Amino acid sequence: VAMAAALRGPGARFRWRLAAAGGARVAARVAAAAQLGRRVAVVDYVEPSPRGTRWGLGGTCVNVGCIPKKLMHQAALLGGMIRDARHYGWEVAQPVQHSWRKMAEAVQNHVKSLNWGHRVQLQDRKVKYFNVKASFVNEHTVCGVTKDGKETLLSADNIVIATGGRPRYPTHIEGALEYGITSDDIFWLKESPGKTLVVGASYVALECAGFLTGIGLDTTVMIRSIPLRGFDQQMSSLVTEHMASHGTRFLRGCTPSQVRRLPAGRLQVTWEDRTSGKEDTDTFDTVLWAVGRVPETRSLNLEKSGVKTSPDSQKILVDSRDATSVPHIYAIGDVAEGRPELTPTAIMAGRLLAQRLFGQSAALMDYDNVPTTVFTPLEYGCVGLSEEEAVARHGQEHVEVYHAYYKPLEFTVAERDASQCYIKMVCLREPPQLVLGLHFLGPNAGEVTQGFALGIRCGASYAQVMRTVGIHPTCSEEVVRLRISKRSGLDPTVTGCG
Amino acid sequence: MEAALSELTPEADVPVVFVKQRKIGGHGSILKAYQEGRLQKLLKMNDSEDLPESYDYDLVIIGGGSGGLAAAKEAAKYDKKVMVLDFVTPTPLGTRWGLGGTCVNVGCIPKKLMHQAALLGQALRDSRNYGWEVEETVKHDWEKMTEAVQNHIGSLNWGYRVALREKKVVYENAYGQFIGPHRIKATNNKGKEKIYSAERFLIATGERPRYLGIPGDKEYCISSDDLFSLPYCPGKTLVVGASYVALECAGFLAGIGLDVTVMVRSILLRGFDQDMANKIGEHMEEHGVKFIRQFVPIKVSRVACRFVDSILMLKGKKRVVLMVAASFSALTGKIPVTDEEQTNVPYIYAIGDVLEDKLELTPVAIQAGRLLAQRLYAGSTVKVRLTSFVSLPSGIMGLSCLLANVYHSYFWPLEWTVPSRDNNKCYAKVVCNIKDNERVVGFHVLGPNAGEVTQGFAAALKCGLTKKQLDNTIGIHPVCAEVFTTLSVTKRSGGSILQTGC
Repeated sequence: VAMAAALRGPGARFRWRLAAAGGARVAARVAAAAQLGRRVAVVDYVEPSPRGTRWGLGGTCVNVGCIPKKLMHQAALLGGMIRDARHYGWEVAQPVQHSWRKMAEAVQNHVKSLNWGHRVQLQDRKVKYFNVKASFVNEHTVCGVTKDGKETLLSADNIVIATGGRPRYPTHIEGALEYGITSDDIFWLKESPGKTLVVGASYVALECAGFLTGIGLDTTVMIRSIPLRGFDQQMSSLVTEHMASHGTRFLRGCTPSQVRRLPAGRLQVTWEDRTSGKEDTDTFDTVLWAVGRVPETRSLNLEKSGVKTSPDSQKILVDSRDATSVPHIYAIGDVAEGRPELTPTAIMAGRLLAQRLFGQSAALMDYDNVPTTVFTPLEYGCVGLSEEEAVARHGQEHVEVYHAYYKPLEFTVAERDASQCYIKMVCLREPPQLVLGLHFLGPNAGEVTQGFALGIRCGASYAQVMRTVGIHPTCSEEVVRLRISKRSGLDPTVTGCG
Repeated sequence: MEAALSELTPEADVPVVFVKQRKIGGHGSILKAYQEGRLQKLLKMNDSEDLPESYDYDLVIIGGGSGGLAAAKEAAKYDKKVMVLDFVTPTPLGTRWGLGGTCVNVGCIPKKLMHQAALLGQALRDSRNYGWEVEETVKHDWEKMTEAVQNHIGSLNWGYRVALREKKVVYENAYGQFIGPHRIKATNNKGKEKIYSAERFLIATGERPRYLGIPGDKEYCISSDDLFSLPYCPGKTLVVGASYVALECAGFLAGIGLDVTVMVRSILLRGFDQDMANKIGEHMEEHGVKFIRQFVPIKVSRVACRFVDSILMLKGKKRVVLMVAASFSALTGKIPVTDEEQTNVPYIYAIGDVLEDKLELTPVAIQAGRLLAQRLYAGSTVKVRLTSFVSLPSGIMGLSCLLANVYHSYFWPLEWTVPSRDNNKCYAKVVCNIKDNERVVGFHVLGPNAGEVTQGFAAALKCGLTKKQLDNTIGIHPVCAEVFTTLSVTKRSGGSILQTGC
């Protein structure tokens, strides 16, 4: 997280048109600016995690986020497919063992290939890359420090801060920092995490707990209050219900108070049940904290540049053009206040920013109706408003919710439980019944949701969706077959083909 | 045409005139019939002279498949007296099945399940790369799979019977034939006949696979009607045809480990985007399916094979030749209808695969059946409208390639990176109408879960999606479908679309 350059001579300073700090995925898009003939530098640096984990160019998504997460999720899904295969006639001996080491190595190798790919891309577009930790000296100058402590200075006309965030450690809990790990570490472990306690209720917590369970590890999730805060709560309950009925243990309404290391090396965690007030304890091999993220702004020396942050979140305050309180300094991605913490939004923001700065564009980001997917064992894809948001905005009488419980065809022969496979479409009640939000719980939720997100962007109405002929037999066709409204009180279970 | 004609009459001369399926003959015979008054009588059949006093049913539906059952259930909602006649004429091999039509018994459902079996074979191979300690070669048991598939189908047959009963729709497992105005004869498989009258009729009899008409075809070959319940593994298989039925069957047979060859007369997937069709063929070939192009079978015969080894004698192993329906012509007896599914007889309607020039898809038939019942009994005026989400070549859509921008890209599903397979094989393309704000008029995807990906885009196309809206939409990461939100290279530009990673 810094910008710096080895300079021609002592005291001399490079002049760069644009220097970006942070995740290179974002910067690569900003590097589109380089294609517009500007001189661009990207500075990226990974402060090792308390556990000592570090990684290469690419940011959170590539190294300790979306990519390794989805691959490990896939490993877990494959475990389920191996079981299914028997029902479909494959003579595979069961149960099948899983090797963490083999999986981790494969995942880490792929990530490293992406690191390399990014470096090549930057090179191809003539973007200078520096692996140095940066902080501001003044509003046009940044000082960077290499791993070995060498200092250099870099100045630029425009600066983009895209430093993202890091997982938060609950340092008020004794032993949290010393003995726990976070998502920064889990994907880089060489040995299996074993019996794991995941503390948190975010999608990070649930996704990690999900794939750990799926590859056969004893996994517990400790949730203080509600799962997936900010998401539709009915859907969130179904997500955790599915996990609970498929082997993940949940400790609801509990908060940890202490983590101790036992002589044999295992970890003893003590927690309090907030309803009963009782204390309990158990032993784990690994404790994974997934209790939120903090923006990487602390070590930037922002005050030297005049860039203001939010007093609550510590994130950088920006306007609709991604400009900070200092006109030529911008901030995009997870580090910016009020932005969704998603890779594709960061990428698009970066691209549009470069076009606004150096192209002839004035296009701003539209953060409405951004589709997302939570990659829990049963995936949850959503776009638009949750049911509660829609009701809050428009009132219960003006909202119509169509829903269905369905069974993926592939589950039948595999004898899988489809109790939580569920879809709901939140619409305005008044004709033509504009679609406000779509929520899909089932296999390949991301694939299903993407196209519908486009429909919603085009102002799709319930009627238009219903006039779309279904592709048969798929899960997504159930969306265009939603006939039962919640208001009717009728049984929303889909039976048969039509 | 001569061949079709020769099936109907020994006469070789044309013209041959048929009135209401009765052969009159050539010019001379027609004139004679007219002079004798026979012609007028024939034409008058179905007039009011011959009507029953009251009807046994409001609606008799011939065909208990996707279309017929949807119409039956909908009509019953409006308290109509409905009967469904469903009967399966056994295949030459003797295969038959229960209520539900092609989709449930010998189409979409068993096809997708066997497709899933094949995909799971691939999953087993991938899983090793992901750390699962699965044996390198896993054998597949055909009988186990077919049994499981047939069990599920059986539950669907049962479900439909229950649903009809609950809705008070009368169901008879009998073969329906018209015998006069408003009258139908139902013959069950024991030969027992019953006559019923109805105010209206709906023909939803669908189709059956076509045999090629060469020596040995009916004796030794099977079709998709037989495949999904075949009691023995088909073994080394030749699939004749290039339709999606042919390719899907060949695909899953190869996927479960069988030696498969596809014999193609000319092109693959006629009527589909040929760019995509060729990519599909290429992919299948790379994955072990053999293709014999520009050949047609002329004869099939049985070769007696006895494989003997020291322990057991394998008897009766025959080369199974699979024949699948190729294209069809207007001479196959399809029914033309108005846009309200009405035939030339005002009280007889038709929906589904039996129709001329309509998309042969279950959801289309279902929608047609439901809407028809609503129009007949609930005062609705809504007609079937289709989104052409199925790939149509830009030529057919009336756009010359000059007026269309085709954006495309290869993509590599993240899940395929770890097992290192098939990079730059998955392909995405949208066709945009330059003259209409770059409206997206065509959507094509080749990759895993294509159906799941396409459905939402179909809805978006219906809402008038433009390229700009596509570009402004945030992708869900990391999934295959997001590739459509970042398409930037046009075919015209010739730019590289090879993927190099994230």
